[in-house]
Formats: sequence, C-alpha cells, structure tokens
Amino acid sequence: MADKGASLSVAKPSTMEIRGPDGVRMELVVNGVSRVLHLEPRVSLLDALREHMALTGTKKGCDQGTCGACTVWVDGRRVLACLTLAITCEGRDVTTIEGLTEGDELHPMQRAFLEHDALQCGYCTPGQIMSAVALLNEGHAETDREIAEWMSGNICRCAAYPHIRSAIREVRDRKTGQ
Amino acid sequence: MRAISYTRATDVPGAVAAVTNDPGSSFLAGGTTEVDLLRLDVLRPNRLVDINRLPLADIEDRADGGLVIGALARMSEVAQAPGVVERYPMLSQSLLLGASAQLRHMASMGGNLMQRVRCSYYRDPESACNKRVPGSGCSALEGVHRGHAILGTSEHCIATHPSDMAVALVALDAVVQVEGVKGTRTIPVDDFFLLPDDTPEREHPLTPGELITAIEVPPLPMARRSLYLKVRDRESYEFALASAAVALALEDGVIRGVRLALGGVATKPWRAHRAEETLLGQPADEDMFARAAAAELAPAVTRPMNAFKAELARRTVVRALRTAVALRGET
Repeated sequence: MADKGASLSVAKPSTMEIRGPDGVRMELVVNGVSRVLHLEPRVSLLDALREHMALTGTKKGCDQGTCGACTVWVDGRRVLACLTLAITCEGRDVTTIEGLTEGDELHPMQRAFLEHDALQCGYCTPGQIMSAVALLNEGHAETDREIAEWMSGNICRCAAYPHIRSAIREVRDRKTGQ
Repeated sequence: MRAISYTRATDVPGAVAAVTNDPGSSFLAGGTTEVDLLRLDVLRPNRLVDINRLPLADIEDRADGGLVIGALARMSEVAQAPGVVERYPMLSQSLLLGASAQLRHMASMGGNLMQRVRCSYYRDPESACNKRVPGSGCSALEGVHRGHAILGTSEHCIATHPSDMAVALVALDAVVQVEGVKGTRTIPVDDFFLLPDDTPEREHPLTPGELITAIEVPPLPMARRSLYLKVRDRESYEFALASAAVALALEDGVIRGVRLALGGVATKPWRAHRAEETLLGQPADEDMFARAAAAELAPAVTRPMNAFKAELARRTVVRALRTAVALRGET
C-alpha cells in the first residue's frame, strides 16, 4: 500500500518497499569494513555492533539515551547507538572505538586517557573517548567549562571528570602545538 | 520492543501517502524520543517510515530578515547557523541548552516539536495515564510530580512540555509548515501545541500522515538581542525546572516591544501574554518585571511537590528581563 506515494513521483517503487518485521538483509559499513547482516528492523545499532558483529568496545549503559556509554560516530558525527536503529545506517559510515586505533597504535586520546588515569571502572570510557575526539573536531574545548558542557552527554559514575578533562586538554594542546 | 517493519521514504509525497494509508505506522526522524518509547512499549507502531533521507534539512535566510528551517535540520546545525545566531540568539541558546551534543546531532527540528512528555507515568505502561490510555486516570496528580506543570494543567494531565527550542519558537511567533495528502497548510506554533483539557492524548492538531516540512521564523529585529535562560537541577544535560525566552525593544527606558515565553512550568511552550501586556509601554525596571512575573503566574495551580515552581518561575522571568535590558546596554 506504500507504493501509492512512490508512483506519484520519480521515486522507484522498490525504494518504498516494506521490509521486515522479520530479519532483512542489510549492509553496514563499520570502521571502513562493509558487513552484510540479517537483522530485524527493530535492532539498534548498539545491539548490531555488540551482538552481531562482535564489536563489544561500544558499551550498553542505560539503553535509553541518557548515559552516553554507547557513543559512536555516524558519518563523522557523535551519536547514541542505543537510540539509532541499525537499518537506518545503511549507506552511512559508522565508526566505533575499535576504529580509532591505527593497527596496534592507540589513538592519542586513548593514550592520554591512560596517562591521565581518566577512568576507574572503565565502562563509560569508550563512549567518553569517542565523544572527546569528536569534541575536539567540533571545536568546543577552549576552556574547562566548555569541555564540561560539551562532554555532559557522557556520564561517569566513578566521577573521573577532572582526569577526563586533563586528557582532553593534553590532546587539544598537542594538536594546536601549545 | 515489539517487532516492526520499516520503509525508507525517498520523497515527501511518498512518505505522506505511506503513513496516511497505514494507520499503524509512524514517521521516524532522529528517533531520540521514538526509539526510546518503542523500547519502553509506550509507542506501538507496526511500521516506521524513515524520513531521514528526505531533502528537508536546509536552513534558509530570507531576504525579509526571517528564516525557513527545514524540518530535518538537526538541532546542532540550527544552533550554529549564522542566521540563527545573529538574528535569533534565543533560539540558538535554547537549542544548545537542550539535551547533549550527541542527541543534538540526532534530533531534528520537526521531531523536537513532536517529542513526547517526560512524565514518568506516561513512560511506564503499568501506570495510569490519560495521555497514553485515555480515561485510565492521571498517576501524577497524587504521585511524584516535582517536575510537573503549574500552568495550562487540567484534572486529566499535568505533564510538562519538555522542549526548550519550542519555547523560543513560541516567543518568536514561528509558523509550522505541514504537508498532507490534501496539500500543504501552515499552523502558528502557539496553536500547534494543544492544552490537555479533557483530551490529553491530543497534543497537536496534525492528522495521521501529516508531515512537518519546515518551520518559518518571521523577521523580528528586537530578537537580535534576545536570550534564553534555563534553570535546572544540574548545570547541563537536564530538563528545565523553569526557563524563559525574552526579547525586548526599549526606547528611553520604556518597553516598546516584548516577547516572553516560559518553559519547564507549563503543559505547552507557554507564551506569557499576561506578562507582555503588563510590560508594554511601562518603564523597564525591577518593579515592573516583578509585577509582570506575578501576573503571568497568578493562574498557577500548584501541588505539594511542585509548589516551589511558582516562585522559581517568577524569579526566572525577572532575571531574564533584567539580563535582556543589560544586553541592550552593551552597544
């Protein structure tokens, strides 16, 4: 029944097809690697990564968009994987914490988190790091106050915030050559 | 979460036809409310029509000084658009003070207008809630209602409207553009949000399948010196307990124009008409600000846990007006 609208316009009827609710074939590009999956449309990007691609670096904290542990990038923007349906990411570039390393070489932000002891239990850390790298790219890390504001979507129940800010400051200042 | 089917819309008429012809379906934009409520079993569509690839994300500066914001422009994009930052700082600020950086990248402007209330009883399918199940009762009346509304309430619902951005849009007299199978229509944003009255399940005047395509913001020179003040339990990533969007036009210390709207205290983004009427033509001083705030909050209906909101809202209004005057003095 959805084809009525498509027939009104230049859209090809096949592009308005109804998929699911059973498993459907979808192709996702994660960390530059294309993967073909068979998932129901209701599966979140977070579950697709963790349960179907064995990419468990992205963490499930609240699963309702309040903690930031599942922060990944879609087309270069930091978003919450728990509130994103995997099927909506077809044709997008997904980057997870596993995609930050160059071979065995840690990303400078990962090294800075280690050096500054920016974690205790570590559960929120992948999300913190994905958010922190995006933050520097977005250009909102001039002051500690600004860092705190623009990192507020990543909750750390161990309250490692001062060290997280130290790590971000270090990478920021190295980047700008200070 | 229940099983759902999925359709990716490729053009606006196709999207509108798909949802109009399939009453169990809904549009999916940023998903920040919808996916959450699907998982909680509060929303139960059998099919999502994904509109994210529709060409509705432009932010256009109009020659008359106004703006047209595409419904799929993301909160983060609108917040930093030069035309918004320069012409409507209250709108930029309201966006930046909402949610988190991640959610602002996801959430669309149209979706923000369509977001659901954060009332914990609405979000819990086990609780009585007239908005979720009409006629089942309102658990908040005798329950935990510290965050609930004190203006625009009814005996059937006291849920607070959660949007910050919509408060600025109400102050700016924005207009919502809508497309349906019968064509396009426009709805003033103040009329877009319905009071709960005895039909709290009806939150807006859209018919099933009608799609928000854009938000028009009319030119308003005094909005160049406007602000959005948000008061909340923690400094960031939290909903408002009280907020105010303000723009002032002054002439020799006399208020010649004023726009004022409140958030966090009402069942819809609240245009403060009583306060505006009190202020017009009067001196811009603390006494007038206090009188305006008192006039606006006079009809407030409070309950034990949210009684503090009346005074908090009055103080928020006074501080926002005082700050708006100071902003104007900076030139």
